Order: sequence, then structure tokens, then C-alpha cells
Amino acid sequence: MSIFNRVISPVLALVALPILLIGAWWIYTLNSTSFFVPEPVGLVETFISTWITGERLTADVLPSLRRLGMGLALAIVLGILLGLLIGLNRTVRALTEPVFEFFRALPPPVLIPVLMLLIGVGNTMQVAVIVSGCIWPILLNTIEGVRGIDPVQSETSRSYGISGFSRVRYQILPAAAPPIMAGVRQSLSIALILMVISEMFATSSGLGFTIVQFQRSFAIPEMWSGIAVLGIIGVTLSFIFQFVERRVLRWYHGLKEVENAA
Amino acid sequence: MQPETENTSTGPMPAGKTLSDEDTLLRVRGLQKVYQTDAGPIEAVRDLTFDLGRGELACLVGPSGSGKTTLLKCIAGLMNVTSGEVILDGQEVTGPPKRMAVVFQEYGRSLFPWLRVDSNVELPLKNAGIDKAQRRELVQEALEAVGLDHVPRSYPWQLSGGMQQRVAIARAIAYQPEVLLMDEPFAAVDAQTRADLEDLIRSVWKKLGVTILFVTHDIDESVYLGQRVIMLSSSPTVIQDDIDIDLPAERTQLETRSAPRFTELRHHVYEQIQAAKQGFRPDGD
Repeated sequence: MSIFNRVISPVLALVALPILLIGAWWIYTLNSTSFFVPEPVGLVETFISTWITGERLTADVLPSLRRLGMGLALAIVLGILLGLLIGLNRTVRALTEPVFEFFRALPPPVLIPVLMLLIGVGNTMQVAVIVSGCIWPILLNTIEGVRGIDPVQSETSRSYGISGFSRVRYQILPAAAPPIMAGVRQSLSIALILMVISEMFATSSGLGFTIVQFQRSFAIPEMWSGIAVLGIIGVTLSFIFQFVERRVLRWYHGLKEVENAA
Repeated sequence: MQPETENTSTGPMPAGKTLSDEDTLLRVRGLQKVYQTDAGPIEAVRDLTFDLGRGELACLVGPSGSGKTTLLKCIAGLMNVTSGEVILDGQEVTGPPKRMAVVFQEYGRSLFPWLRVDSNVELPLKNAGIDKAQRRELVQEALEAVGLDHVPRSYPWQLSGGMQQRVAIARAIAYQPEVLLMDEPFAAVDAQTRADLEDLIRSVWKKLGVTILFVTHDIDESVYLGQRVIMLSSSPTVIQDDIDIDLPAERTQLETRSAPRFTELRHHVYEQIQAAKQGFRPDGD
């Protein structure tokens, strides 16, 4: 395989469309005088002065990322733990499933005022909002994954005396990993949305707060640059996820390939 | 080494061979299994009694739907019996016993697809708390015994069906069981692979001295493999017949299968299975 196939070609595939879009955008805004429409060169300048050389990186971006990370981590841990508990127990499952469908249907932003009253204003509230939205896809997928485990696999575990915690570790978790990972993928975008929305209420730092501030003070180029930061965070999250997913589910993708070829 | 048999069919039910205490490894007594379903109880197994001698290789053959898998799961402790008992080495079986391994028919579903071949074989040993050095040795030996020591780092799904079943067999023998239960292990592989795997089982059995109960619906296979063939009636199951296979210990696919004695034995088993299918029951029910 040549260097072109291995390195250049995938990189080209990655950047070709963005370059094209930015080019079109640049041409389109050459003669534009509208204050509300950003143009690429100006946006890059604003982006650098606002987010990189300014103080906002530590004052706003890092607090936001911290909330995002904590919310996601908590949602993943809680979702998987609860999902295992419920998925492995028929009675608990029968009792909880209808209730879950109800809570899942609630849009998490409506919980913000309630959570503000219950938890108070601050980091904890924002993390709670992120968890309350992100946990559902993970929780429900874990339950589904545990329930869908092959009975022959479980009998194999039993006949070799693999039970209790060992069974969870060696059989249940790996077997349920594909649906769990699909749930995590869904919750990533939910987390980003909820991070921004939760920061629009009763906060004095964070990306959501800053973007709304810019908008209200007619700092339109700065506002656009803030939106670009959100986009970059989203893309980075998705790359990290893909990297982890490819390692964790290597066996699964291989197995599917073999099954599809047959 | 044939244990002395004493036929004790004294009760009204016909029974398989029973052995003296010291020769017996596995004892099945009056085993009955009734499934409770929404449409009422279904009696899958009515009354089974037989003993399995230490180091014996016995085949269990019966028409389809004769409760072979049910019986095997009861012996393996994976299913509760309705009445009767299963005793392994003097101890009643209530859950999966430590010194027993099961090879399932569905190898693709029984192996863990996220583990490589060697890790699949190693997992039960790891779970049993065997130290790393010994584990590695046992895995290596088991993979060599089934002729798979060249693919330890492959995933099971990268291998052919016959090779996957070899992995499952390696996992079972690495576990060093006293009894190896096999539930139609070769039903899903092609005929040539099947012949190879049959010879593999005979060689593993001779090398390791493990006791094997081999369930199959294939009459030729049961006669070729076993020292003894236990025939089941149609459901609700009782024992139809229980015969010794007096073929020489050294068996080859070509010669053994064309020997006159093989044909006679096969004939006998075939007749019994046909009779069972047509509803002839030794208990006259």
C-alpha cells in the first residue's frame, strides 16, 4: 500500500468538503456588508482574540468542559450500573420499565427550574441536568443489552461456575457492550446540548452563558466564534468516542463483517 | 477395562445398566422432568436410571424430541429435576458441579466472541483461581490436544465451524473435568469434519482418561464412538435399551465402519430407535 492510500487519501477525504464549504462561504461574503453575517477571515481573527489569547479559555471553556465531562461520566457509570441491576432482575424490570418511558419522554430542559429549586444554582445543578438527559439512552440500552444475552452463553458461564461479579465482568458486560456503546454515542450530543442550555440559566461562566452574553450585547462576530467552539468540542468528542469504540468493539465489528460476508 | 455389570432390572421400569459403588462415577436414579407450561404440564423425561463407570465413554442416542438435551441439562445441574436424583462421585448434583464440563451443540453461541481462542480456553481456569503459569500450561496442552496450537490469538469467529467446536472441546478439557458431557456437538459440522472430530474425541478420551457422556441422534456415530450405547424411547422418555459395544479399542473410520460387527451393532441400535419412533415402549405404556 502506498503512502497516498494510507495517509493522504483519508486526510483528503476528511478535509475536502470543509475546504470547499469555507471557500464558497468566503466568496459569498466577499462583498457582504451585513453585520450579522460572519466572514471567514474575520471569524478566525475574532476566534483567536476571543478564545485563545483572551481569558475565556480558562474562565468559560474549561468550566463548561468540566461540567460536560462530569455529567457524561456520571451518566455512563450510573446508566450502566442501574442497567445491569435492572436488566438482570425480571421483577425490577417489570416494575421500572413503564416509569422509565415516562421520565425518558420528559425534555430535560424543563427540569432546569425544578433542579434549580431543589439543588440550588451552580455546578451541581448543571451536572444534574446533563445526567438527567444523558442517562436514558445508556440505561435503556444497557437493560436491552443484558436482556438480549444469548442463553447458551449464560449456560456456558453457569456450567463453568462463572457467576456473580465474575459473570458480570467476563460475560455480561462484554456481551452487552455493543448496545451500551450505541447508547453512549447518543448521549454525547445530548450532553453538549444540555451543557449549553443549563448554562443559560442563573450562571456567570461557561460557553452557553458567554454566547448568550455576546448575543445580547450585539457582539455578533464573538457570538459566531463561540458557536464555532461548540462545534469543535462536538467533533472532538465524537473522535474520542470513535477511537475508544473501535478498540472496545473490535471483536464486534470483525464478527459482523464475517457474518455479512457469509 | 470393562467394569463388571450387574443388571438389576427388578422394578417395573426397564433400567439402564447399574454398577457397583466403587466403579460408578455418575449415578442417575429415577430421573423425571416435567415442564410446567401455560398449556399444562409436559412430561419430557419419565423415568431414567443408569450408571456411568469411571473412565467410560458412553453414547446416548434417541429419536428427535426424546428429551436428550433435557436429560443432559439435568445431569449438568443446569436444570432442576422433578423427581429422582443425579449423583456425581457420591454427591447429589443440585447445581453445575465443579468437576464437570459441557460441550454444547451451538459452538458459535457458546464461545465468547470478544475473547481470543486462548482466552476462551483460559477463562474458566482464571475464574477458578488457578495461577497464571499453570493456566498457560493447561491452555497450551489443551490446544495441542485438539490440534489448534497454531491459532491461539485468533478470534473464534475467524475460524471454521469445526475449528470452533475444537476450541470448545479444548476449553472443556483444559478445565480438567472428571465428566465431560457433550450435547450433539457435531450436529452442525460437515461430514468430513465430523469424522475428524469423532476420532479426536476417541483420542482425547484415551489420553486423558476422562469419563464422557456423548449425546447424539446419529446411530452410526454412537456405535463408532462409544464403549456403550444407551438408547432412549420417544417422549416421555424411558430407557429403551443399553448395550455394550464390543468393537476393538483401536478404531478407524474406514475399517471399523466396514467391520461386520459394526454393522450388526448398528443394525440393533437402528431397530431399537425405529421401534421407539413407532411408539413401542419397554414400559408397555
